[in-house]
Amino acid sequence: MQIEKFYYDNKIVKAFGLATIVFGIVGMLAGLWAAIQIYYPASSLNLAPTTFGRLRPLHTNAIIFAFVGNASFAGIYYSLQRLCKARMYSDKLSWMHFWGWQAIIVAAAITLLMGKTTGKEYAELEWPIDIAITIVWVIFGINMLGTIIKRREKHLYVAIWFYIATWVTVAMLHIVNSIEIPVSFLKSYSWYAGVQDALVQWWYGHNAVAFFLTTPVLGLMYYFLPKAANRPVYSYRLSIIHFWALIFIYIWAGPHHLLYTALPDWAQSLGVVFSVMLIAPSWGGMLNGLFTLRGAWDKVKEDPVLKFMVVAITCYGMATFEGPLLSLKNVNAISHFSDWTIAHVHIGGLGWNGFLAFSILYYMIPKMWGTDLYSKKLATNHFWLGTIGIILYAVPLYWAGFEQSLMWKSFTPEGQLKFQFMETVNSIKPMYITRSIGGGLYLVGALMMVYNLYKTMAKGSFVANEAAEAAPLVKEAHAKKEYWHRVIERRPVTLLVLSLIVVAIGGLIEFVPTFLVKSNVPTIASVKPYTPLELQGRDIYVREGCYTCHSQMIRPFRDEVSRYGEYSKAGEFVYDHPFQWGSKRTGPDLAREGNKYPDSWHYNHMYDPRSMSPGSIMPQYTWLLDNALDTASTPAKIRAMRTIGVPYPEGYDLQANKDLMQQANSIAANLKKDKIETPPNVEIVALIAYLQRLGTDIKAEPEKNVTTTITTNK
Amino acid sequence: MKFIHYLEKISGVEILGLVSLAIFFLFFTIMLTWVFRTNKQTLKSISQIPLDN
Ligand code: HEC
Repeated sequence: MQIEKFYYDNKIVKAFGLATIVFGIVGMLAGLWAAIQIYYPASSLNLAPTTFGRLRPLHTNAIIFAFVGNASFAGIYYSLQRLCKARMYSDKLSWMHFWGWQAIIVAAAITLLMGKTTGKEYAELEWPIDIAITIVWVIFGINMLGTIIKRREKHLYVAIWFYIATWVTVAMLHIVNSIEIPVSFLKSYSWYAGVQDALVQWWYGHNAVAFFLTTPVLGLMYYFLPKAANRPVYSYRLSIIHFWALIFIYIWAGPHHLLYTALPDWAQSLGVVFSVMLIAPSWGGMLNGLFTLRGAWDKVKEDPVLKFMVVAITCYGMATFEGPLLSLKNVNAISHFSDWTIAHVHIGGLGWNGFLAFSILYYMIPKMWGTDLYSKKLATNHFWLGTIGIILYAVPLYWAGFEQSLMWKSFTPEGQLKFQFMETVNSIKPMYITRSIGGGLYLVGALMMVYNLYKTMAKGSFVANEAAEAAPLVKEAHAKKEYWHRVIERRPVTLLVLSLIVVAIGGLIEFVPTFLVKSNVPTIASVKPYTPLELQGRDIYVREGCYTCHSQMIRPFRDEVSRYGEYSKAGEFVYDHPFQWGSKRTGPDLAREGNKYPDSWHYNHMYDPRSMSPGSIMPQYTWLLDNALDTASTPAKIRAMRTIGVPYPEGYDLQANKDLMQQANSIAANLKKDKIETPPNVEIVALIAYLQRLGTDIKAEPEKNVTTTITTNK
Repeated sequence: MKFIHYLEKISGVEILGLVSLAIFFLFFTIMLTWVFRTNKQTLKSISQIPLDN
């Protein structure tokens, strides 16, 4: 057989690797800045683009899509070529993928800071960017499949399975969750409303964790761990079970983000059951990883690459143990909306994703530059600093989440709520400070890595095209012993289609009925569409990212009902495109904010929250007092809403602004009574209109429909 | 095109639970049979792939 000579493309790996480093540092800085704002709000500089509500989406998007995304691409381009014994299918596609992705990241950063957001967590990017993502993703897919098809290795190693499943599932999630109706170039409304939107969003959100932050990284683990340890994975059989079980079960688990909410019960239960089951494949995978190192622990002591991997895999195990725990209803009752969730995701983010990314960088860069790591000692220091950083980050937040949640739920013997919201905030400020120190240490460690890798590159010389040779794949004549399993293991397209079927089943069963059964979302007659002014106000609420700190979802618990009012009903959200239930209560729930305070209170509070609530950690929104309201957009917004089923009357788009001005004038007059002079056509007026509307509709409902049943949670 | 009002009713959400269970068992039975019937030698050689490049 003729041996073929060919070259691995290291240049593309280098490019993605450098992008990982750059955007990793940027994403971490944004996170640290946001963390500091939580206890020191003035550090937002009181500029709109850098307030918490805009910085937080920038942080999450940068870490997920820019840092972990680029790291995964670097690792995939490196490992895929070697596992297939082939150069990437097309250099041109590789570079289109690279530059396309980086352009998306830059566009994302700019638009998010401008406040252009869909208001759906981790899917905040507006529609033109969504389309760009789809195109680049397809390019990546063609390039990957092309490489697999022209491979010189008969079998598809399990890492490649994970890559394929990642590709197909992310494509599905992204498309389904991004269905939105454009209003203008950078503004759109989610096609779905309320409960449906929430369900689709968390089906997406949860599976973004699964298929963007977990499966590609597991693929990397299955390649780089055996490589670094120089021994095959502990059990290849287990890795196959890990793969299928994981992708099958993960997709069902999304509704665990919506326990006790207005989501139908059966969907919640389904989410819980599957979340609990998830522990099996996850731990199977973790043990498979750790057992690979059995008898090789002396190597771990020596090699920073393996050190990082061991902690990464351990954190994967911790996060996937905690995940099912958090999805149990009685644990969730405490953890949800609190800092517990933030701690949980950072075990995953800092530990699993971050450390695995560091380990593959420490592995690939010396290899591609044909040299050794500049300083093992520095890398070991990075390792310890990072590990301490993770602990200092997570432990205080677990504590804060637990403490604040219990305080929220405390009653005096007389049956009154024991603590004001601000008291609960004040008691956890020290924990917020400690967590930012932990994050700071982690960042310093990452900077040490940058220096170390820079020095490594400087002392080596980069091999852009790495020579390799292998025999071409010969078409086998039908061998007698052609077992049926080979059909899957050797055919990438079959594998792709099977993966798609497996992940689609869960998704379908989960949310098709919600769309179909009208009775699943009982409508409430008194719930009416927003007025044009309220709609504009709501868009400002979305733009400023108020949902990053405020929920709009009162769960049926005694304490929540006492603190916030009547619990939320599914039917109240039927006109909410997008839903704004939120996921974190850094501030109080706003679902029944309407008519709680006078207009002037909100005016003063938005100007300076601390003047109304001493010690508040909410940012100042001074610009809302001056910004003119963009009324030119009203007709287009009404038309878009009509298209997606909000029952504004025919032709209302043209009259909307008249109603808008009328309501704005009356709010301005109201403010004047409290000695506040403001023109009616400023943004704050619209925002006040929206806040005053929140949760008031059902109060017009006859008594019998709003009786409260309270779930007592222990 | 109003998602909220597509089909007015679908009878028996209960069947979903059964369908889910059935799919679940079917899936795992097939997958496990497949995995355990695979030749050990083949698996071993596949697991060597990352090491010989
Ligand atoms: C950094 C987190 C944070 C962000 C972002 C934030 N808030 Fe707040 N908000 C708080 C906190 C904490 C409180 C409780 C203390 C207080 O009243 O200021 C609060 C209180 C409120 C209250 C009073 C609630 C009540 O019933 O007492 C309103 C109304 C409010 N915020 C509206 C908004 C709006 C509108 C936005 C977006 C423009 C926003 N918040 C953004 C943290 C935040």
